[in-house]
Amino acid sequence: MTYHPATLSFEGLALGVPQAMGAFRLVPLLREGAPGDLRIAPRHYGRAPAVVGVDSRPLEPGIKYVSYVPHGLVVASTSDGSEAAFGAKLGREAGSCRGVNLLHRMVKGEGSSAAGGQFRMLPLHLALEGFLALHFGGPDVLWGEYSRHAARFGLSPRSERGVSGHGLDGFDEALRVFEIAPSQVGSIVLVADALAAAFVVSHPDDYRRLHRSLLEDFYGELIYRYAILHPETARAEAEPIDGARVASLDDLRAELARARRQWADFAALAAGGLAGREVRAERVREAGPFRLERFSTKLHPDEECHIGERIVRADGALEYLKSYRLSAAQVRRGFLLEALAASGWRFDEAAERLGSTRDELARRLQNAGLGYILAPGLLASVLRKS
Amino acid sequence: MSSASERVAREDLVTFLNACHACTGQREFYEAGAEQRLGIEFLHEYVLGNYRSLYARALACGVNHFNQALIVANLLATGRRATPEQRREEGRLIARALERLPTQRAMHLFEELARRRVNNRRARAVVRDYLARARDPDFLAVKYRRSMRRAVSHAHAPLPAERASFLRYGARARAYKAELFETFRRAHYARDALYELPFSVAEGLAHKFGVPREVFLRRIEPRLTAGERLRLQGASAEALGRAYAIDPRSLPLTKLASYALSLPPGERQKRAAELDAWLAAAAKRAARRAGASFGRVACVLDRSYSSSGSSDKRKRPLALALAVSRFLREASSAYAAFWTAQTDDELCVTPLGATDLATPLLDALAWGPELVVVVSDGYENDPPGAAGDVVRVAREKLGAPPVVHLNPVFEARSFAPRGLGAAVPTVGVRDVDEVPMLLTLCLFASGGASLAELERHFEARARAFLEGGRAAD
Repeated sequence: MTYHPATLSFEGLALGVPQAMGAFRLVPLLREGAPGDLRIAPRHYGRAPAVVGVDSRPLEPGIKYVSYVPHGLVVASTSDGSEAAFGAKLGREAGSCRGVNLLHRMVKGEGSSAAGGQFRMLPLHLALEGFLALHFGGPDVLWGEYSRHAARFGLSPRSERGVSGHGLDGFDEALRVFEIAPSQVGSIVLVADALAAAFVVSHPDDYRRLHRSLLEDFYGELIYRYAILHPETARAEAEPIDGARVASLDDLRAELARARRQWADFAALAAGGLAGREVRAERVREAGPFRLERFSTKLHPDEECHIGERIVRADGALEYLKSYRLSAAQVRRGFLLEALAASGWRFDEAAERLGSTRDELARRLQNAGLGYILAPGLLASVLRKS
Repeated sequence: MSSASERVAREDLVTFLNACHACTGQREFYEAGAEQRLGIEFLHEYVLGNYRSLYARALACGVNHFNQALIVANLLATGRRATPEQRREEGRLIARALERLPTQRAMHLFEELARRRVNNRRARAVVRDYLARARDPDFLAVKYRRSMRRAVSHAHAPLPAERASFLRYGARARAYKAELFETFRRAHYARDALYELPFSVAEGLAHKFGVPREVFLRRIEPRLTAGERLRLQGASAEALGRAYAIDPRSLPLTKLASYALSLPPGERQKRAAELDAWLAAAAKRAARRAGASFGRVACVLDRSYSSSGSSDKRKRPLALALAVSRFLREASSAYAAFWTAQTDDELCVTPLGATDLATPLLDALAWGPELVVVVSDGYENDPPGAAGDVVRVAREKLGAPPVVHLNPVFEARSFAPRGLGAAVPTVGVRDVDEVPMLLTLCLFASGGASLAELERHFEARARAFLEGGRAAD
């Protein structure tokens, strides 16, 4: 894969004052004067699970993946900066067969290609596909430590779990009572003050329509647990106004501005897990001045790790972003696979790189749910020893 | 009484009165209906148990109809605990309150008594007297047949033979001598008789007979009450192509404001002149009735997204903000309104965005008012807690005028309308007619009056209420 290093910048967006409800705190992202040449609309697929063809059409042979796909996004853009609008194809449903939606590719162009920049994508699936496909091919040399299955089929079948937003305790209510600012184009979702997800679109009208779609997205297991364990967010307050500094109404105005700055600082702190992080990005599609990428932060068990997708304008402005926070187990899996791949799948070298022994590495792989790529003999001997 | 316990008592009572002005047991933007009911019922029991005579006198303090009915039911259910003098006063207060309650509230109250199995001599007498004193008991029997049957059988109220058989047999009887009963009976067989019945009764029958909506709405028109005309504006415009004519003089300001906000902004703009005139006239009437006049008043009005209310109370907080604004415009010598998101035309306000009270509050203070009235649900989030802080410092340091907060929403969790911090007294508001009284209550809320004064005030209001004086409004 052709990853390149990049920085996740929130260029052109201002952080608003967070609103708390139950376990959730939502930080509004504001953008004045959105140009409106990139528009995003929802498309609903219903409750059926979907088969997505990664490298082929859904009913032809090739790599497939099965997932619950609650909604898709249709992205329309113009390259000359005029207002983008959706064609008549907006309402057309994807073909379905016995209650299974068949979707061709993560990102698929729509409409006549001459009309240019309209395509459909499955939010977060793009990012998660990248994560699932991480070193999906498995070992390229058949070292003795790996199972035959791993040699033949790579990591297939590879699966990950997420929790739908509907499953997060109180999230529905928090989204309902959230007061959307007129210039708001996105929000950062914090659960018990842990960064769960960020969602940004290009235009305030689109955000208004897509605000509730946060419920349809999926979230990591950590977020699910925090939502249950911390039903009330800790109270946050700006420093109270000091009467000694106030001699006129203008002073009061200045004090109010100071309180606002404090809130913005707080919001920036809260967004710190994403904003300005170094990521590895992969270009997926280009449409005019816009670039669709998926990204992943460095995978390390000690850090907060996010994957996601974004659309960036040529001048670096963020036009669309959706992120997913990996759960600890998911980070471990990614981390171990990366370590193996980086050592050319040589087991001893990988163990050394991680500062552990062969046995420990085998056990870690087994505990992370990747035991099936190891040779049964190796696994059995390790398990016997413990 | 020691000062500490006096303070507790005063706070309890202010909390209770506050709740009784705002809460209707319905769903709110932030809370479910069940939560609201649980909260208010607890508060009633608490005050009833501790301050019984003040609890009864709350009937005279303009609390909303939902709470009046609840107070009456609770007093009747616990008569045994009252002393003879208390009972005497309660009896008169209850009778007077029932007289002034809307009929449907009274009838539902009687049903509630039956449901709670409150069946003592006093409760029976109250039901009996109410029915005996009703202006048109036959009409009541037709319009509220189910409630009345339940109330009468529960309270053993004596009835003329025909009304009793009407309640029992309804349309199944052979014939009635009373004209209205006979119409009701015929309406089950003859379409034409339908249109001589009260609307709410006829509507059910029309549906049963499959009468087309436009035919029904056209022919029932002469029978409609003012409230029904207002409620059916949308339905009549859709079915008949023209909305029923309404007489704005018969509608109170709060209802008119609700109606104006129920229209889409485009239509509001088109009919701006007409709506404006209606609201202004209603506000003038309300101000005249209240007899209050204020000096230079600034209003900070919350039009954030949460002012859209709930499915039970659509745009209610916003409607109250609009009504209060129009009322104070008429009732004060100089007036300025500051909405949370500035608007050129008050009539076109929509619930929008986050709640930033501090900025308009500063604008209001800069305008140099003698009194600042904030109308908001108290959920301030842009930034949280700033308005209360601004008021505190402005009052301490800059000698700012008093700031009072009227809250249309009861918060069940804290048993009170949500406040804006200690520097701003908060009272619940249900109807704009109560505003002058609420501003007085704010004095108590801010600790400016003792419990004895509060009691005297209550007593005076109760006396005026019983005498039917104007002060009871």
